[in-house]
Amino acid sequence: MRIALFATCLADTLFPRAAIATVRLLERLGHEVVFPAEQTCCGQMHVNTGYARDAVPLVRRHVRTFGPYDVVVTPSGSCAGSVRHQHADVAAAAGDDRLAARAAAVAGRTYELSELLVDVLGVEDVGAYYPHRVTYHPTCHSLRVLRVGDRPVRLLRQVRGLDLVPLPAAEQCCGFGGTFAVKNADVSTAMLADKMRHVLSTGADVCAAADASCLMHIGGGLTRLRAGVRTVHIAEILAATETGREAPA
Amino acid sequence: MTRTFLGMPATAPRGVGHLREGEPFPAAARRALGDPQLRRNLGHATTTIRAKSGRVIGELPDWQQLRDAGSALKADTMARLPELLEQLESAVTAAGGTVHWAADATEANRIVTGLVRATGEQRVTKVKSMATQEIGLNEALAAAGIEPVETDLAELIVQLGADRPSHILVPAIHRNRAEIREIFLRAMPGVDPALSDEPAALAGAARAYLRETFLRTKVAVSGANFAVAETGTLAVVESEGNGRMCLTLPETLITVMGIEKVVPSWRDLEVFLQLLPRASTGERMNPYTSMWTGVTPGDGPQQVHLVLLDNGRSAVLADEVGRQALHCIRCSACLNVCPVYERTGGHAYGSVYPGPIGAVLSPQLTGVADNASLPYASSLCGACFDACPVKIDIPSILVHLRGRAPHPRAEAAAMAAAAYVMDRPRLYAAAQRAARLGRLTGRRGRGLPPPLSGWAASRDVPEPPPATFREWWARR
Repeated sequence: MRIALFATCLADTLFPRAAIATVRLLERLGHEVVFPAEQTCCGQMHVNTGYARDAVPLVRRHVRTFGPYDVVVTPSGSCAGSVRHQHADVAAAAGDDRLAARAAAVAGRTYELSELLVDVLGVEDVGAYYPHRVTYHPTCHSLRVLRVGDRPVRLLRQVRGLDLVPLPAAEQCCGFGGTFAVKNADVSTAMLADKMRHVLSTGADVCAAADASCLMHIGGGLTRLRAGVRTVHIAEILAATETGREAPA
Repeated sequence: MTRTFLGMPATAPRGVGHLREGEPFPAAARRALGDPQLRRNLGHATTTIRAKSGRVIGELPDWQQLRDAGSALKADTMARLPELLEQLESAVTAAGGTVHWAADATEANRIVTGLVRATGEQRVTKVKSMATQEIGLNEALAAAGIEPVETDLAELIVQLGADRPSHILVPAIHRNRAEIREIFLRAMPGVDPALSDEPAALAGAARAYLRETFLRTKVAVSGANFAVAETGTLAVVESEGNGRMCLTLPETLITVMGIEKVVPSWRDLEVFLQLLPRASTGERMNPYTSMWTGVTPGDGPQQVHLVLLDNGRSAVLADEVGRQALHCIRCSACLNVCPVYERTGGHAYGSVYPGPIGAVLSPQLTGVADNASLPYASSLCGACFDACPVKIDIPSILVHLRGRAPHPRAEAAAMAAAAYVMDRPRLYAAAQRAARLGRLTGRRGRGLPPPLSGWAASRDVPEPPPATFREWWARR
């Protein structure tokens, strides 16, 4: 299958390993991955901070860039959520009904990575090997906007060597929330403290999630504390094999 | 109504009632976060209610259908609110009650104060009511020389402690039993000085004080959970029975109700009386459901008044996205699941309506400019939307209100600049390189200017990678 990758601005700029792992994983499963270079950002930060009008050109760009592809994948629950649940509304609110219709069409062909693997490609065992104790943070937008359910956990359960330990209060927000972490830095930190406490209580050496933004937040807290727990995108785990390099790039 | 309609409906007036933030949410929240006792009380209480509510909701196979029904009934009600309110007025009047229309808090306070004065009484008992807190009725009554006595146990704790409620359902959620004992010993008339902090002893002390008050007070003021347009019936649901005392013992009963509380027909209560207790207290059915229809000769209050309160609600109704906030049945499920509320408590929200629902309701009732920080008091995690028994899409309303909130000039400029760069891939790639080469973040972000310094105070800023993804892709 020919799959267009929406890398997301955050993974592209700061966490390329998540996007690279997505490419390697899908290619290993026998699919062709293309990266339309005109892509930048879905505009979620603008919309969620109250600047939906500034996001209109970004929605237009996203729709133009990914319009030609039958299947689009992104290694981010919240960016997939933005494409699927915000783009058409942003276009409609700006009075551009044609763009709204095209955005809705792209939204219908856009999948978060675990959705693509389980629902579209019909695979749960991707042949990965990752000999670590891992706890999984399900992330709010994957859970409550996309409703990916237990798809990521089903994928992780099939990974050879991986010891999956449940995360207490997993469904609670880590406190990132985009500009929330800046505008309400203290509340965000209090939420992060509890998330880190739960992560540390599992004894895991890896905290995984399907969103670079939440991982940046949790990871930023854990490294500040020198906690000795790594944050890793689920794509990196699924891309790792016994023979291949564990960590791409 | 006494006002001439001049176009857009008015928001709640300033200077009266409790809907506005005294200081921006982040500052108030910061203080709350520093109170370990508050954090412990809230964490314990919300975790307990969440578990209890989850259990009884799990018993109902048709919970989602009930939510759909509740949501549809509310949407239908809002779509024909004026006709339903007029129907309600006719039905209440026909049953011997008197209906008053209050455009705002000031008018409602004037009406209630006037009604109490007309009885010649100096004291009123009160059923726990959000609407009367919203309009600051207790202050208005006190200013007129009338003593309001809160009879809901938690509300009484708040009143005796000269405090403010911090939760819609559990107003004293921020207090533990040791603190409650201290408040009773300090402020409750005739309290036993040997009072212990055992819950039964505290309840006993409140009961002794309140029984005396019930028997000697001839006027009561209540809110209403529902009003049935078809029959003119008002309903109050509660757990303690103190509300039932207020609603049945006095000679005069005055009910202040937000106009959004009307439901079309008697049978609609079937839906809401299932949704409300399970979502709020985690009970299958609340212990006391009191309903009254006008005056019953020789039984209960013989003077029954209903004050219909707008106070900004028409303005909320005029907003296509925001009007959903009027569907709220005040169950407080959204508070109990909110990670922000759980850590800050209700006072940080400034308004009597705290938590996620407060963050969408208060700014609409007052106009967003008067509660500008509240739409941002959420990480948009979506837990509130999932928990809401009438499916109010709180995250979407928050985002909608953020679009109407006043934006700091520097932030607006940064957002416009970011959008400009993001819409030009070559410029965007250049900015990525600049971020890496310039090491703008310096020492893991510890040299960042405000507001980004807030992030760096407790979290490292990620090191830019050796190559961006698009550079890796171009080279492979």
